[in-house]
Amino acid sequence: MPELPALASRLLNVASWLTSPLTPDDFLGLLDPLLGARFPVGRVTGVWPETPDAVTLALRPGRGWSGHRPGQYLPVGVEMDGVGQWRTYSLTSVPGREDGLLTITVKVAPDGRVSPQLARRTPPGTVLRLGPAQGEFVLPDRLPSRILLVTAGSGITPVMGMLRTLMSRRPPHPDVVLVHSAPCARDSIFGPELRAARRRLDWLDYVEHHTRPHGRLAPDDLARLCPDWPERETWACGPAALLDAVECHWGRAGLGERLHVERFQWDPVLPPEHDAACGGRVLFTRTGTEVTAGAVTPLLVVGESVGVVMPYGCRRGICFGCLTPLRYGRVRDLRTGEVHDRAGQMIQTCVSAAAGPLALDA
Amino acid sequence: MALTHPAAIETALGKELGEELDRIRADIIAARGTDDARYIRTVIATQRSLEAGGRAALAVSLFPPAWAAGTAMLSVAKILENMELGHNILHGQWDWMGDPAIHSATWEWDFLTPAEAWKHTHNHLHHTWTNVVDRDRDLGYVVFRMSGDQRWRPRHLAQPLYNFVLAPLFEWGIALYDLEPDAVAAGRKSWRSLAADLTGFLTKATRQLAKDYVLFPLLAGPSALPCLLGNLTANTVRNLWSHTIIFCGHFPGDVQTFTEEHIDGETRGQWYLRQIQGSANIEGGPLFHVLSGNLGHQIEHHAFPDLPSNRYAEIAPRVRELCEKYGIPYVTGPLWRQYGSTWGRILRFAVPGK
Repeated sequence: MPELPALASRLLNVASWLTSPLTPDDFLGLLDPLLGARFPVGRVTGVWPETPDAVTLALRPGRGWSGHRPGQYLPVGVEMDGVGQWRTYSLTSVPGREDGLLTITVKVAPDGRVSPQLARRTPPGTVLRLGPAQGEFVLPDRLPSRILLVTAGSGITPVMGMLRTLMSRRPPHPDVVLVHSAPCARDSIFGPELRAARRRLDWLDYVEHHTRPHGRLAPDDLARLCPDWPERETWACGPAALLDAVECHWGRAGLGERLHVERFQWDPVLPPEHDAACGGRVLFTRTGTEVTAGAVTPLLVVGESVGVVMPYGCRRGICFGCLTPLRYGRVRDLRTGEVHDRAGQMIQTCVSAAAGPLALDA
Repeated sequence: MALTHPAAIETALGKELGEELDRIRADIIAARGTDDARYIRTVIATQRSLEAGGRAALAVSLFPPAWAAGTAMLSVAKILENMELGHNILHGQWDWMGDPAIHSATWEWDFLTPAEAWKHTHNHLHHTWTNVVDRDRDLGYVVFRMSGDQRWRPRHLAQPLYNFVLAPLFEWGIALYDLEPDAVAAGRKSWRSLAADLTGFLTKATRQLAKDYVLFPLLAGPSALPCLLGNLTANTVRNLWSHTIIFCGHFPGDVQTFTEEHIDGETRGQWYLRQIQGSANIEGGPLFHVLSGNLGHQIEHHAFPDLPSNRYAEIAPRVRELCEKYGIPYVTGPLWRQYGSTWGRILRFAVPGK
């Protein structure tokens, strides 16, 4: 569902005087949860298997969904026993699809709690909470002419989002080699679609590496499967062991700058240097503790370092378990650099730092 | 009847009582889940639908049946909002769901006093110091004398009159009370802090008054006056109801009060004991309990203020059984009796004497 036109947003602002202390969203949500933008949600419209243990869900996002870039991942809140559990899944759909749908592909973790629920017990019609799309593992605006994609297991998912986006664009296309490692052909997520695409598209080469007969994919295999790898801008996503090996290999060749890996972690966005409001005094109002915080130290860490008991969760901006109200002041989102300064706003303290003096209700 | 002092409970017994009550608490925490989440979401959806329906009917309230239906729906909506939703969500009873939309830190209610001020005076001060003279400001709300241990002053002669005036204006009384002007006079609260609280109150109150007494009536056009009267009626009905439920939860004649010496070195078991003896239940059916925010189970609420309110009915027989086992008085009765008893107490302590 796209954002409302400006006039409608203004009307909603005026209407908030009528719905106070609630918001118009709270009442719109009665008609359809997708109409509320305050806590974005999506409705499952389709569920289909990709492999014996990977399932794709199509979601219709509600108002409040602000879009994504190919390669980014999506925090999804699933309710289990009444408690909201958050996980992230890479978006595999092309941004701005005509039907407005998003797709994520969920691989069932054998000992997992949330992924089996999502993959096996989430019928169409289910409404899921959505976080904002995140991650810097994305294609640049100016595409390199030759690209190598290295993936293993469910690491194919963000790359599939990128590839589908490339396929939806008009030529010229970059020359792309995708080396994907899976246990066998049957377990290769998106295998049929990618094999068909290789036959159809002259700019795409797709190589499947099967670990059952051949063992894990190693950097030496890459030299064999894609001899011109040093000349390609490379994106890699998969288990940590593969990423470590690839990073080491590229590093030794002095090509570290041409390699992008997805580790589901973020690098803090530094505040602009001329900005005077870097860091600041933080007051924790319940305990009365006050401390000076650095510009890139998450407020959760700041609080814990002085003994304030703070709610916490994943510590990487996904689960919303650390939400704490801002009493006053400014905080900077370390992932995006965005500044928040509305009193009463819930702050994800694990990924927010002080951008001036502030007080938290903790 | 002279008030008895809290049942002197042997330390070992107190420990046992504490452990048994802790077990009840642990059972509920382990059991809460999908059904509880569905319950609170259903109440929220019902409340919002009633409010929307009430507002819509009052927009055409020149037509008398629309006025009656609109006023009734809005009254019930406001009662549900304050009692089963606001009071209980602000206690953190639903924080376990991890839903930012139903959380004590984010919830704001349809009441003049801001949620923040309420959480301080109610959750923190009242629930910690329940019925301790000079500690629990809710014991008479600074205005009433509700215990023989409270000093009598001539102004207490007029307390029956105060109660008549307070009941229909309850939300104003609570807003004033939450500002803690008495604490400022006594030097326990700074003027600066009062000014900050006053700003918070005025901001909240402006929006509250604007929607009920200016904006919705204006939108109602020719129905402006009946709409305004409907809103005024709904707020008053809610005030009378919440005043009744809250006063009947702590002030019926048999409810005990405590002094500083009782809480000296208080153990967990003794804290439970004080909460049970300092509260009174009101008997009624399921609808009564929902509309009273399950505060008809005031004893259970005070023993476990942060357990989901829909579970109090299930806990009550277990708590009552424990009280019988340990010989602890369990004050309960139908609404009319608790209401009469509360008035009896207001009249009795209006004059000097224990």
